[in-house]
Amino acid sequence: MINISEVIETNKMIEQENLDVRTITMGISLLDCADSSLDVLCQKIYGKITSLAKDLVKTGEDISKEYGIPIVNKRISVTPVALVGGAACTTPDDYVKIAQTLDRAAQELGVNFIGGYSAVVSKGMTRSDELLIRSIPQAMAVTERICSSVNVGSTKTGINMDAVRLMGDIIRETAELTKERDSLGCAKLVVLCNAPDDNPFMAGAFHGVSEADAIINVGVSGPGVVKYALEQIRGASFEVLCETIKRTAFKITRVGQLVAQEASRRLGVPFGIIDLSLAPTPAIGDSVAEILQEIGLEHAGAPGTTAALALLNDQVKKGGVMASSYVGGLSGAFIPVSEDQGMIDAVEAGALTIEKLEAMTCVCSVGLDMIAIPGDTSAATISGIIADEAAIGMVNQKTTAVRIIPAVGKQAGDRVEFGGLLGYAPVMPVNRFSCEAFVNRVGRIPAPIHSFKN
Amino acid sequence: MSRTIITVVGKDTVGIIAKVCTYLAENEVNILDISQTIVQGYFNMMMIVDTAAMKKPFEQAVGELAALGQELGVQIKCQREDIFNKMHRI
Repeated sequence: MINISEVIETNKMIEQENLDVRTITMGISLLDCADSSLDVLCQKIYGKITSLAKDLVKTGEDISKEYGIPIVNKRISVTPVALVGGAACTTPDDYVKIAQTLDRAAQELGVNFIGGYSAVVSKGMTRSDELLIRSIPQAMAVTERICSSVNVGSTKTGINMDAVRLMGDIIRETAELTKERDSLGCAKLVVLCNAPDDNPFMAGAFHGVSEADAIINVGVSGPGVVKYALEQIRGASFEVLCETIKRTAFKITRVGQLVAQEASRRLGVPFGIIDLSLAPTPAIGDSVAEILQEIGLEHAGAPGTTAALALLNDQVKKGGVMASSYVGGLSGAFIPVSEDQGMIDAVEAGALTIEKLEAMTCVCSVGLDMIAIPGDTSAATISGIIADEAAIGMVNQKTTAVRIIPAVGKQAGDRVEFGGLLGYAPVMPVNRFSCEAFVNRVGRIPAPIHSFKN
Repeated sequence: MSRTIITVVGKDTVGIIAKVCTYLAENEVNILDISQTIVQGYFNMMMIVDTAAMKKPFEQAVGELAALGQELGVQIKCQREDIFNKMHRI
């Protein structure tokens, strides 16, 4: 039988250490909505989403109350819209209408984000993919709750450099069109390599074509819980350190598994996966950077950071895998800058640079995330950053991503404010040397060889 | 059986257990086990109860117990037992 100290431990995690379930994300296939009439397509999309997910928010709230565990976000991911809109859309503006339809559906349901305004172009772009990509800046400017992602490469296909080049322009344009709100549009736009089909976390969530008609995916969190556990074993050996992280990750993930199963049962939608991620928030004590400090670094970014993060990421997976029947999504420690107070402090202290963050993405999920860069950074430089990150993903057979915000009118050292879970970010300096001639080459980078590993 | 954990945390005063038990009795909630301890000077009580016969919706009881706690100057939480079982038992 459960004893009082176990109950106290669980409730302390929730009340004092910010344990929560970060998101219940319902994945919905829109493939059967395809139609050659744009109006009919929009009607079908709106109808399908609002009927399948009508009880999503209420169910999330009920589970949260009954188990006493906060469920921060209830969200929806849909089939990459470029796959659905091909027959109906002939201009980028047509795609913007779909974006507005998705936004209305999200508002109607009370979900804060809907992901899947996406194109998967890892090898080549169809006309439909390109139209969608070109519509992204306008779509982000006229909607509130849409998240957009473009997958530009994979280990199996290589990197589509034409898409990478295009995304440099699209990110700049999105920043420009949303400059009144500190270029907020770019905070909801991510460029991926090896994007998973079942990721519940925004902005990269979409419902891939390998998925069922509807599915429940859950993203867990809990950096604060790991940090607290490590405070209790200061100075201990690596063995003890790793065991403690594993044990804690197990407990956190079990809560996610319970919530996922309950949500699946109550909504009558199959359970997909648990995403074992340490997802920080701007709240004090809910930071991945603070875990790295607790492991023994003065600041995230100090020498040893990549090793400490590799260790952390691996132990979280080892503990979490046993706690859940199906694991998927991104599954790793997130290292966004604006959403993590410890990361912000590290940048402001001069300990953490974009180059170090890039190195860190080799060993953890998911990439250069929520980083503000000077507004005058050229499109070619942004494409170069995307190409670097995609190359890390492609060669290492992992998901990588770039979600950077060229803050219009701001310079290194200034600050951008997004508010809420997206936080605020110091503008970080970018290497000023040009990669234009590299980025301007057309075509794609071939897939890497999978033997002779070095 | 529908097992639920009720926890009461706060400064110890007269009548906490009596008031909580009265509420539970009125709502046909059967108490299976009670334990208590003092952690860092705070009164901690845990009850394992069976809510199978309870008539009202679970989330309503959660709200009413929380309100009762406020009246008494303590924090009362009511959670389904599964969350603890999942976390602490393999």
